[in-house]
Amino acid sequence: MKTIVIGVIGADVHAVGNKIIEYTLHNAGYNVVNIGVLSSQEDFINAAIETNSELILVSSLYGHGEIDCRGMREKCIEAGIGNIHLYVGGNIVVGKQDFHQVKETFEKMGFDRVYPPGTPIDNALSDIREDLGE
Amino acid sequence: MANYLLIDFGSTFTKLCAVNSEAEDIIATASYFTTVDTDINIGYHEALEQLYEKIGNRIDFDQVIACSSAAGGLKMAAIGLVEELTVEAAKRVCLGAGAKVDLVFSHHLNKSEVKQIIEKKIDIILLAGGADGGNSENVIFNAELLGKMGISIPIIFAGNKSAQDEIIDVFDKYNMDGYICDNVMPKVNELNIDSAREKIRQIFLDKIIEAKGIKKIENEIDAVVLPTPQAVLEAAKLLSEGYLTEEGLGDLVVLDIGGATTDMYSICSASKRSDVIIHGLEEPFAKRTVEGDLGMRYSAPGIIKSLSEEEIKFINLEKEVNIEEEVNRRYNNVQSLPENEHDEFIDQFLAEMCAYRAMYRHVGRIEEVFTPMGKVFNQKGKDLTDIKYVIGTGGVVINSKDKLGILVKTTNILNNISELRPVDPEFMIDQKYIMAAMGLLSQKEPLLAIKILKKHIMEVRG
Repeated sequence: MKTIVIGVIGADVHAVGNKIIEYTLHNAGYNVVNIGVLSSQEDFINAAIETNSELILVSSLYGHGEIDCRGMREKCIEAGIGNIHLYVGGNIVVGKQDFHQVKETFEKMGFDRVYPPGTPIDNALSDIREDLGE
Repeated sequence: MANYLLIDFGSTFTKLCAVNSEAEDIIATASYFTTVDTDINIGYHEALEQLYEKIGNRIDFDQVIACSSAAGGLKMAAIGLVEELTVEAAKRVCLGAGAKVDLVFSHHLNKSEVKQIIEKKIDIILLAGGADGGNSENVIFNAELLGKMGISIPIIFAGNKSAQDEIIDVFDKYNMDGYICDNVMPKVNELNIDSAREKIRQIFLDKIIEAKGIKKIENEIDAVVLPTPQAVLEAAKLLSEGYLTEEGLGDLVVLDIGGATTDMYSICSASKRSDVIIHGLEEPFAKRTVEGDLGMRYSAPGIIKSLSEEEIKFINLEKEVNIEEEVNRRYNNVQSLPENEHDEFIDQFLAEMCAYRAMYRHVGRIEEVFTPMGKVFNQKGKDLTDIKYVIGTGGVVINSKDKLGILVKTTNILNNISELRPVDPEFMIDQKYIMAAMGLLSQKEPLLAIKILKKHIMEVRG
């Protein structure tokens, strides 16, 4: 069974979407490690190392995603899991910015998949299947 | 009716406590220097003679049981993968089993680290790493390296269960003294203490006490059953939780300042509040931390080690002492007891420092986080603000003329709002130095043990 680490990054306490993601991915047959809200980059990375996870799915719902996610890929590389899949989704920036630009910013930061606001988790599921090969 | 003789072979003193089950009380206590370097029997017999003298005649004991922290206590190395997760879990298991954690390693071991295990004369290695079903590469690598380097001391594997079979193969391949246990962290942030702790206790009884020359005594007594710190932890748990008809005291903290270490025990849940978000590895209900650099004699230099030159000068000026000279004198003469008021004054000061610093490291922290949803509280570690009792034990606390002065240092005297120290506890003292003995007795007669504890742990008032 493949393992996915999920959680809500930064000073963000939005717990509802987080639970829905856990439920959906669990039912899809993945081992879901949910580190919950108010999580730091290190919390995600530590959990991924201990559980041999192949994917970290970061949620950010309060608009500060760019600051919170900066440097995460570099930290993964330092921690020896540089090849891990990094996904991010939610309301990752403030206001109505052009999503193409937002996507580009996060891709430059090393995120493999970047989702716009309002994306149902089922849409991401097909990407997960593709990336993890299941 | 039964007479029990309970013995604590400590690092400095061998302490005896005689109990009569019908009177539900202590008959007498006695102590003498621990003589484990020559023959442990010598110190024991000296103390026993003293005990008989106090009682007035030579009584027979139905059961003689002991705990031990002699000859350096139980020295362990805790090895895991990520520092905040399996390394921390392994460390907590060792501490909960009454061990001193002398070495802590994370990720892949290297040869110099394995050499340290040999040089520091570690008694048992606890090898963890990986949640169940998670990383197994790291722990297999570490077992393999320990095997290759010829490590022959007991190794307990308490990591990822999916790695178990390979670990057993490694143990067999290198003919290692290996043991298999449940994972100390089966899921991320979930702590699982019992299986590994019980294994540590068994190995301690089967092998370590013999290696340390404590087994010599076993012809004379029934058994050594626990490492001393675990006996104290058992007593603290019993006193907190109660037993059958005897009600417990509720949430409490025990501070034990010794010659070599300062131990802190807290018996309570991590938090009672519903408005905080708790982070990090799960906290044990009965938690022990031990500070190897805070102690009244062997570790006295450690107390001032982290102070800056200015701070030391300030202390010297304010207290009119030479604190460096004082701690070195104590370090070089570990059996010394205070002879005059000046000695008492210094010991009091050092004990207060130990109490403050040990709690600083034991207690949890809280921070306010401002989010767009409003203010939330983020907590790491244990919340001790609601603790009802702080109990002091250890020679320096018990013999102090200002016990309250030491115990109060566990509270928030510097008003640091982020530290979750006890706010308004009552202070108590283990006046007869019986906590370890009652922890031992609790293994046989818990009801008797708690009755005696409640009789002799006294309240201290200012």
